[in-house]
Amino acid sequence: MKVNVTVNGVDHSVDHVWALESLLDFLRERIGLRGTKNACEQGECGSCSVYVDGVLVCSCLVAAGQVEGCSVVTVEGLAPDRGVHPVQQAFLDAGAVQCGFCTPGMVVAAHCLLADDPVPDDLTVREQLSGNLCRCTGYQKILDAVYLAAERAGAAPSRQGSRP
Amino acid sequence: MTVTDTATRSSASAAADGVGVSAPRPDGVPKVDGSFVYSSDEYHDGSLWGVTLRSPHPRARILAIDTSQAAGVDGVRCVLTHEDVPGSKLFGMNTYDQPVLAFDEVRYQGEPVAVVAATHPEIARRACELIVVDYEELVPVTNPEIALSGQVEGLPQGGLVRHVRIRHGDVDEARATAEVTVKGRYEMGTQDPAFLGPESGLAVPLGDGGVELYVSTQDLHRDQRQVADCLDLPLDRVRLVLSGVGGAFGGKEDLNVHIHACMLALSTGRPVRMVYGREESFFGHVHRHPAIADVELGATRSGRLVFTRVRLVLDGGAYTSTSQVVIANGCYFAAGAYDVDNVEIDGYATYTNNPPCGAMRGFGAVQSCYAIESAMDRLAAALGMHPLELRMRNAISEGDLLPTGQPVDGPAPVQEILSYLRDLPLPADSDHTTGDMRARPGGVGNVTRGEGIRRGVGYALGMKAIGFSGGKDDTCTARVTVWIRDGEPVAEVHCAAPEIGQGVVTLQAQIVRTELGVRTVELRDSDTDIAESGASSASRQSWMTAGAVVGACALVRDEILERAAAVLGSPAAGLSLDGTEIHDCDGRPVLSVAELLGPESVSHAYTYSHRVTEPVDPERGQGDAHIAFAYAAHRATVDVDVDLGLVRVVEMATAQDVGTAMNPLAVEGQIEGGTVQGLGLAVMEELQFSDGRIVNPSFTDYLIPTMLDVPPMPMKIFEFPHPDSPYGLNGVGEPPNLSSTPAILNALRDATGLELPRAPVRPSDLVIELGGRANRRASARPLQA
Repeated sequence: MKVNVTVNGVDHSVDHVWALESLLDFLRERIGLRGTKNACEQGECGSCSVYVDGVLVCSCLVAAGQVEGCSVVTVEGLAPDRGVHPVQQAFLDAGAVQCGFCTPGMVVAAHCLLADDPVPDDLTVREQLSGNLCRCTGYQKILDAVYLAAERAGAAPSRQGSRP
Repeated sequence: MTVTDTATRSSASAAADGVGVSAPRPDGVPKVDGSFVYSSDEYHDGSLWGVTLRSPHPRARILAIDTSQAAGVDGVRCVLTHEDVPGSKLFGMNTYDQPVLAFDEVRYQGEPVAVVAATHPEIARRACELIVVDYEELVPVTNPEIALSGQVEGLPQGGLVRHVRIRHGDVDEARATAEVTVKGRYEMGTQDPAFLGPESGLAVPLGDGGVELYVSTQDLHRDQRQVADCLDLPLDRVRLVLSGVGGAFGGKEDLNVHIHACMLALSTGRPVRMVYGREESFFGHVHRHPAIADVELGATRSGRLVFTRVRLVLDGGAYTSTSQVVIANGCYFAAGAYDVDNVEIDGYATYTNNPPCGAMRGFGAVQSCYAIESAMDRLAAALGMHPLELRMRNAISEGDLLPTGQPVDGPAPVQEILSYLRDLPLPADSDHTTGDMRARPGGVGNVTRGEGIRRGVGYALGMKAIGFSGGKDDTCTARVTVWIRDGEPVAEVHCAAPEIGQGVVTLQAQIVRTELGVRTVELRDSDTDIAESGASSASRQSWMTAGAVVGACALVRDEILERAAAVLGSPAAGLSLDGTEIHDCDGRPVLSVAELLGPESVSHAYTYSHRVTEPVDPERGQGDAHIAFAYAAHRATVDVDVDLGLVRVVEMATAQDVGTAMNPLAVEGQIEGGTVQGLGLAVMEELQFSDGRIVNPSFTDYLIPTMLDVPPMPMKIFEFPHPDSPYGLNGVGEPPNLSSTPAILNALRDATGLELPRAPVRPSDLVIELGGRANRRASARPLQA
């Protein structure tokens, strides 16, 4: 099939997409955006988290054909002009990155969480990010990163942005 | 030239983003913006996809393999079996006993039998299904005790990988003086490293008949030797480049896609990508050895240990991997971090038809720490003594003899570590009847209203050797090059040390800034073009790489100062370097490095070795086998719903000596990560088997902790500099993984009064009404203030 989709603001029209091809494979292999990661491919780990029309999804569980006419935002599209988004900066500053394989998905999920709830409490962060597995950090530094991003956004609310 | 007085010449920790501060990761930005290239992201125009056919049987004779149908599929470029392996048909970490592709007999479920290269992974997968393998199924041996009995046929070496014996003092004599003895059997299930980044790589055939492999690994050079042997190529025709490693934890020491991808690339003349899916990954790497440990402790009534006896059985599965070393490491520390005069340890690693087990964070010491620390709580209960008091009364200190006869050298601040946990206030009680449901055991899905919840507190102490032990020759080489770009000095580090998430790249940059004062440090890809670094394992890589980078920096600095001395006509000894300027003995800048070097560069490699160790003798296990030791302890606080068997770990307090915190944020991250892997092993993570078949190879069924499962982790990092290491650092990664699991088990025992002889604890183990009332144990006495 043919799929027309906007990814990170760029229009793509891709031919010969397989009926069972996942959005994850589509992004990685057709569009060449490999920042979205392939860790379980059954919706358990969140490494492939992206936005579809502003909704956070596991791209491994979405068929590429389902995003026809949609706007997809991946980790590569969070920051304008190839910079680093404040949520990404907070991950760096808080020490939330080790091997980093979970990081793109975790960053997208944290971005979504803060867009919905700019000052989340501890259990809310834990619950909202519990669909994103990390094997390296023990999560504490990721929590710290979310709080840091929230705190910085509070100082300058316009920087946090909203869900794309 | 030799490396001398580096510490006095360098202004340690004074340099911006140098040693001792939480310098940012050089790979940080690409990791958060998605541009970092992991081995599963490697891409090459015109590449094919490789897929592996694996045995569905844990044990079967291979009568025939017919690949003709598969080879005829449109899009398939080649199908390879054992007959196509050009060189050694066997590989392995220390012993070549694992087939590249199975022949004669498959010995575990998931063993690779054939590989296919095709233009699309789905075509390759479908072709795999068309390969006809004629198996004659055999009865698998899945019980390590049966394997050890010598009664079963068909296992290598009669089922025994290695028996390790350690004899210290005289346990039989000591038993007569023991006033209190306890015995216990402790079992541990199989943990999976469950790194998120799957095994993967890209093999590119080269014009000279060689091959280049971009792969995620913990040790490029050990991989290179095995790949070259199996491809029948000289080492210089097999170039390995480290691709992004999405976690390892021991599970990326053994080869995975390496040889297969190279064989397919060389056969087709095309680049080949291979990426395991999650299910395949569970079959594609080694696991932590499941264990059975029998522990007997004897003590005086006042709580002084008189003897320790341990029998440890680790199931190594179908092939050796590192089992002969894992069992040794498990045995070295089976008596725990305690001073005890009479010790008898027997460790056995077995062969079975379970999947191969090998390295995983802690490397055998996780299993033995769990056993001894469980037994220590049992002894405390028998003595009516607080478990922390019993530990403090017997804690090892500098100069004490280990069961292997080696005196403990280097700092051993066990009393300090335990005192921190003793003095730290306990977390507040949770009121689960009114509080947030998400904080209850079981979370929102599975709870009562908190009627059956009990609080428990448990302690555990762990000790492990840092670095390779037992006489293994161990080196790490780094090259440092300084040149001028846009008028400023730039330093490049080249080292094969695999960055697996721990931050060894950050450390290299920190060291160069500290040693040379050069601000801009670039890291070349790790590859086999430079001599080996050894594995990122055994908590050794920071120590070894630091030694190599410090040494190379010293050589570079010496040459720069000698050149400056020649220009200035003054002795080099009076000069110093701060990165951009040469200073005279009064600290005045006298020459810029840019001016001195012009278009030239200064480049030196240095190979670091740690002190020589010796193997232990086979009869009594005696020998100075280790270079250093590291210690950590945990205090776990748990809430248990005894009606439903659900657990909430409320807090994991921890203390650890790290020698010198080279990068405090990274050190904390290692301790938190290790603690949580131990938490997983205590209450949720177990690879389950049925007749040798894995029944839960997915993240749906193999559960690793989520953010909701982990508690706050207050910690104290002690810095007692190690006298033998660069900057006084010590290994950090493994110790927090040792004591975490038994601390939680002991807390669960405290909460429930149950013996809980098996980790991970399952809900049915905890439901007191259903579970072992017969297993109720005597309760321990409260800690005397």
